[in-house]
Amino acid sequence: MIGNMAAHSVPSTLKRLLFAVKCSPLQSRCCAVQREAQYSTISSPNEKTFDKILIANRGEIACRVIKTCKKLGIQTVAVHSDVDSSAVHVKMADEAVCVGSAPTSKSYLNMDAIMDAIRVTGAQAVHPGYGFLSENKEFAKRLAAEGVAFIGPDTHAIQAMGDKIESKLIAKAAKVNTIPGFDGVVKTAEEAVKLAQQIGYPVMIKASAGGGGKGMRIAWNDEETREGFRFSSQEAASSFGDDRLLIEKYLDNPRHIEIQVLADKHGNALWLNERECSIQRRNQKVVEEAPSTFLDTVTRRAMGEQAVQLAKAVQYSSAGTVEFLVDSKKNFYFLEMNTRLQVEHPITECITGLDLVEQMIRVAKGYQLQHTQEDIPINGWAVECRVYAEDPYKSFGLPSIGRLSQYQEPLNLDKVRVDSGIQEGSDISIYYDPMISKLITYGATRGEALGRMEDALDNYVIRGVTHNIPLLREIITHPRFVSGHISTNFLPEVYPDGFKGHQLEADAKRELLASAAVLYLAAELRSAKVLSTQRVASTPVECSHWELCVELGEERQDVQISKSGTVYTVEIDGAKVEVWGALNLASPLLPLTINGTHRMLQCLSRDAAGVIVLQYLGTLFKVRVLSKLAAELNSYMPEKVSEDTSSILRSPMPGTVVAVSVKPGDTVAEGQEICVIEAMKMQNSLTAVKQAKVKSVHCKPGETVGEGDLLVELE
Amino acid sequence: MMAAISVVRSSCGLINGLKVSLRSVARVKYGAVSVTVPQTSLHRSCRWYSASHLSVKERIDQKREAALQGGGQQRIEAQHKRGKLTARERVQLLLDPESFVETDMFVEHRCADFGMEQDRNKFPGDSVVTGRGRINGRLVYVFSQVQCSFIVQKTYMWQSVATRFYVTFSLSCTLCFLQDFTVFGGSLSGAHAQKICKIMDQAMTVGAPVIGLNDSGGARIQEGVESLAGYADIFLRNVMASGVIPQISLIMGPCAGGAVYSPALTDFTFMVKDTSYLFITGPDVVKSVTNEDVTQEELGGAKTHTTVSGVAHRAFENDIEALLNLREFFNFLPLSNQDPAPIRESHDSSDRLVPSLDNIVPLESTKAYDMLDIIHAIADEGDFFEIMPNYAKNIVVGFARMNGRTVGIVGNQPKVASGCLDINSSVKGARFVRFCDAFNIPIITFVDVPGFLPGTAQEYGGIIRHGAKLLFAFAEATVPKITIITRKAYGGAYDVMSSKHLRGDVNYAWPTAEVAVMGAKGAVQIIFRGKENQAEAEAEYVEKFANPFPAAVRGFVDDIIKPATTRKKICQDLEVLASKKQVNPWKKHANIPL
Repeated sequence: MIGNMAAHSVPSTLKRLLFAVKCSPLQSRCCAVQREAQYSTISSPNEKTFDKILIANRGEIACRVIKTCKKLGIQTVAVHSDVDSSAVHVKMADEAVCVGSAPTSKSYLNMDAIMDAIRVTGAQAVHPGYGFLSENKEFAKRLAAEGVAFIGPDTHAIQAMGDKIESKLIAKAAKVNTIPGFDGVVKTAEEAVKLAQQIGYPVMIKASAGGGGKGMRIAWNDEETREGFRFSSQEAASSFGDDRLLIEKYLDNPRHIEIQVLADKHGNALWLNERECSIQRRNQKVVEEAPSTFLDTVTRRAMGEQAVQLAKAVQYSSAGTVEFLVDSKKNFYFLEMNTRLQVEHPITECITGLDLVEQMIRVAKGYQLQHTQEDIPINGWAVECRVYAEDPYKSFGLPSIGRLSQYQEPLNLDKVRVDSGIQEGSDISIYYDPMISKLITYGATRGEALGRMEDALDNYVIRGVTHNIPLLREIITHPRFVSGHISTNFLPEVYPDGFKGHQLEADAKRELLASAAVLYLAAELRSAKVLSTQRVASTPVECSHWELCVELGEERQDVQISKSGTVYTVEIDGAKVEVWGALNLASPLLPLTINGTHRMLQCLSRDAAGVIVLQYLGTLFKVRVLSKLAAELNSYMPEKVSEDTSSILRSPMPGTVVAVSVKPGDTVAEGQEICVIEAMKMQNSLTAVKQAKVKSVHCKPGETVGEGDLLVELE
Repeated sequence: MMAAISVVRSSCGLINGLKVSLRSVARVKYGAVSVTVPQTSLHRSCRWYSASHLSVKERIDQKREAALQGGGQQRIEAQHKRGKLTARERVQLLLDPESFVETDMFVEHRCADFGMEQDRNKFPGDSVVTGRGRINGRLVYVFSQVQCSFIVQKTYMWQSVATRFYVTFSLSCTLCFLQDFTVFGGSLSGAHAQKICKIMDQAMTVGAPVIGLNDSGGARIQEGVESLAGYADIFLRNVMASGVIPQISLIMGPCAGGAVYSPALTDFTFMVKDTSYLFITGPDVVKSVTNEDVTQEELGGAKTHTTVSGVAHRAFENDIEALLNLREFFNFLPLSNQDPAPIRESHDSSDRLVPSLDNIVPLESTKAYDMLDIIHAIADEGDFFEIMPNYAKNIVVGFARMNGRTVGIVGNQPKVASGCLDINSSVKGARFVRFCDAFNIPIITFVDVPGFLPGTAQEYGGIIRHGAKLLFAFAEATVPKITIITRKAYGGAYDVMSSKHLRGDVNYAWPTAEVAVMGAKGAVQIIFRGKENQAEAEAEYVEKFANPFPAAVRGFVDDIIKPATTRKKICQDLEVLASKKQVNPWKKHANIPL
């Protein structure tokens, strides 16, 4: 359903309609997706590919693949773990097979069970998505042995590119620019230190088998090298079952720009332009865009050609991505090649009009590429934000879990694409990636795409889990980002003290306070609208002027509100703010016109004590509105003493305790590691905030802990 | 000083049955000191309100002024310092602006003993503010006790002594403080009680709720039996009003001894954290009688009563939050048993589908989910005023609105103790159901109950008679009753939870419902005791009974509905059931197994 070949061919229009009827719960999602994705792929309805494809993945990418399969008339088989039995991808697929219990090693990485599922369902091909088994040569081999097509490159390409050490050697041989570093496996921490000194700090230690930022650490000195070596090898072992590490020069302040390549089994390869993925936190991408503001035609071509050289050098087929680091002088260095569909592929689809999944399926069947390099356009601009269930206020994002009690994608907006695999009521669990969705906007220009993204983020309703929309919205509106002056260090440079949410300017603050006051007043006025009884005040007090007090943090403001018709005039601090809007108290979205500007606010909660939580300009603000009298008297209310948290270590996120480094009675120094929590495959070291003696330890390795659980008490 | 002690002793005798702190006798020393001082300065006390040279109008104005001042600026400040508001401030916050109409502002106590007859010990209003007003335009009667509105001599009392005295009395807070005649502490005199009774009587005649803001020191010892009579008068009215008009108590300060029974008789008791206490006897007496060391907070604080004893229904952070929440709560209630449940303008469409409910119940029947998620998803605007959220958490009760109309919601909570019924949850549920029934509030019941909790603790505690209360309450209720079985409805607990057999008007089952005598495992162990192939038999049992069909084919559930449509269905049914009329056989009153 993703592709909109419907515009060009009648049969697929019919197919789409049929699908829309068959699959009514997803109807709205599909219709909206069609509108924005403009693929120019020459559809060939008579081109026979596969009858049935198994998707060895979950979540949004499984849904994404299924959509294209439906478009092509291919039957789909979903695999799922027991906790995923009612997941969206399971519902979308024609068939579904449970392949084990919740932990990925028991289900989505369980090759035996997946092979069984293929046999049972008679699937002819497997699309691995990304992650899980997508770059597992063993899996590709087993499929080949059974005569099942693997929708991806051949085993030898996976092997060659999957190993970072080998891939670097191959790249060198293929005359691709590479980063200075040690071309071999680092065996011990001491060896790592020695090599690091040779290469010169800073260095990057990373898992040979890795990807996606997992098992990757940057070290600026010997001590960090040792620590990084330990963490990376642990993470690499748990994520990839392979703890080999390599070490290379770390380019300070580089951009991360990658080239999408597409190759067939006949020696043809194309580069589908670049994706700018510099906005990262902990080496994981957050915001991506295509094309990059930084590349000129010459550099783009040079990078594209080198990428194609590399693909050809390993007889690559299918879609793949060659990642480069680009320094400020537009020197680019090969980083790695991902032999799979990337998370951020939709932005390439938006600007080139190709359906990459469709192309992968075609190539896997053995068809030649339909396009030549000259056919690949850059049409407009596309931006992707990765919406995660995580708390952006904790080191730019620590996972959060929960049930999506309310969930509404901004598909009412034009040229917005949302790739998601969840729906209202879904659980975000500790077992899997905390990604909620990929939000993609598209426009003729970058400005247009970014403007749409702003609207889309404001209209995105997510309740029940903490999410990173505040951070995303700040990034895409930040002057540095808007001007295109970005690097992989963007986040730490722009927010050296961590992300603190949107900082309100005087005008914006007035707007926020005015909106809160108006919402409060609307709720108050509604409370008096009792329909069923005649026994209300016989002479209702027709009031049109109110005095309220609004509190935001430490700040208190007296406000005067008057209402005429549906327009509220709020006087704050000598300035007048006019607020007008529908004010539906049941809706999570609060479209208001404030001083003539249209703003989409969201109301997260409203309680009897006047506390209103609003999402305004992406960030959540807790505002308290009280009548003037209540506000005056409120000053007499005692401050409740909150718990001293410096001597208590609580889990900042749900996860599993990997290691506890202290025992009761130990003395810890400030910054010393107390324990390690693994969540969503990331190991996080928790350290002491002060020097103290350990009073008690409330966790042990292997235990599952929830967010806020007490781990260790200090004296 | 000895005289002062004997005064206290004699008053101990007078208030037979209301225990007096032993330590209070010792503390008389302070009182005695402060009593002796004023003797010298008595002549300085101004007799302003009996001055005959003033015109009646001037005297009225002066009295009114004095009443509005309460205990004077000093006392007001003292009250504020302790994080509390004065009686009048509380009333102002609770009611709509300018809606308060005060009664009995000129009432004074009639006590003539122990120097109480002196003018300086007489204050217009006598430590309670009473009257009527409106909350969002709806009529309500209010009394607000004035714990510390009385100070007689501003000049004679050493500030330090006053403060110390004040602290000790507010901490020990039994009936110990009245040795010092300077502070009445909101104590209940005959006149004070009379004022409360007057507005309660009026509330009964017009049919409007009564809200009491309690901040009382207990009986006024000086008045002796008259004070006790005052309590009894209020108790009687509480009982007579029960089921006629909603009665709500908000405990905003110490409330000890006999004073606690009035809140206990009302429909809802709310407390303010850290500043309010409810107990029959204070820590001192507890120590002397049972040798237990216990603080006031542990003995009768908000936490104790909302989590352990179940005496209070909710607790709030401070006076302001409590009063604002009380306004919100009031919006749910009808004015009297003659009024229908209120309907408020709703912005939430009544036919809203809730797709997230379609997979909220986990496939494994042993797995928990949060019943509150269902309630929030279904209620208008997700608005649910939970009653006793921290007590007997295996049952959830509270008020919500469906298409604007107030409903009472009862739900088993699978997250806590699998949602089983035990003594506390049965009593919690029963009282709530009876309130709803008394005040025409439809009851919506969400059922996921594995049965009654087994064990000696429960049996010895009388689960049979306590469980019977919930059964009794659902059975006698004649308001519209809608029941949704979300998952388990096992055994006797199925019958109890507003089943069709107890005159449920509309009983739905979700596809995940299992109506059976017990879970498959237990059932198979009994049916096929000692036989092999238990697993097979279990599967057969599951196939046969672990689904909604056995109940549906017998008409015990009216329909099996898609969870997403639950809100829509309930709203439609409530519309139809609005005109439901059902009358129980005439009786003097039923005999619920108490």
